[in-house]
Amino acid sequence: MNFLYTAYAAAWIIHLVYVAHLVRRYVRLRKEIEELGK
Amino acid sequence: MKRAFPILAILTAGLLSYGLYEALVAAPTDQLQGNVYRIIYYHVPSAWTAFLMFLINFVASVTYLIRRNVKADAIAVVTAEVGVVYCTIVLVTGPLWARPVWGIWWTWDMRLTSTLVLWLIYVSYLFLRKFSSGSQTPVLAAALAIFGALDVPLVYFSIWFFRTQHPQPVIGGGGSIDPRMLHVMLLNWAAFLCFAGLVCWSRYRLEILQREVEETQALEALLDRRPQ
Repeated sequence: MNFLYTAYAAAWIIHLVYVAHLVRRYVRLRKEIEELGK
Repeated sequence: MKRAFPILAILTAGLLSYGLYEALVAAPTDQLQGNVYRIIYYHVPSAWTAFLMFLINFVASVTYLIRRNVKADAIAVVTAEVGVVYCTIVLVTGPLWARPVWGIWWTWDMRLTSTLVLWLIYVSYLFLRKFSSGSQTPVLAAALAIFGALDVPLVYFSIWFFRTQHPQPVIGGGGSIDPRMLHVMLLNWAAFLCFAGLVCWSRYRLEILQREVEETQALEALLDRRPQ
């Protein structure tokens, strides 16, 4: 059962890490846009 | 799409949760492997999703090479990234299934090796996009993507043409699967496709915005350098 739960947890972690990476990139881009607007 | 996004995101979250419940609780237990077989409900749909992403990447790359269409290039970047995410899930969940069933984490057979090569090709593609800034980068990346796409049929058909340790396909390969198991697998694939679709759409918008910002920054730098 440990292998099963580890596999599912790993899959979800990979999904979430990618979403977090996208959010971080979006926030950074927003800051760049704000700086360009100044 | 902007207004529909939160609704679609909630529906996708619901579908992912339902797929998770079906995979871990509702699906019948395999007589030979026990519960560990349930890993296939994430492993196989992830592989199908990765293949689909790489197929779209291939079409977008060819389109870019023919028409020099910037949107096609952006679609290629986005699908390569999402494809790598799903290919990573395949490469992580596979050994976690193999260890209790085969007794080993990894074996260098055709299916596993070609999948690892596929992952490496698209990771190289993403590195090329990230660290090369020349005007020829999209052309080089598109050419690399076409070579990468050639590996997809090799991965898929490797278990048909070569003797491998990997199980034979249960769908379209002469094998059979319990309809309840097939239902759960297709349900999870639908959930992954919805998630991949939403992520691709967000990432595409981000890519277009990023390019606009870079163009503006380049223009500003040029104007700053102009003699007063």
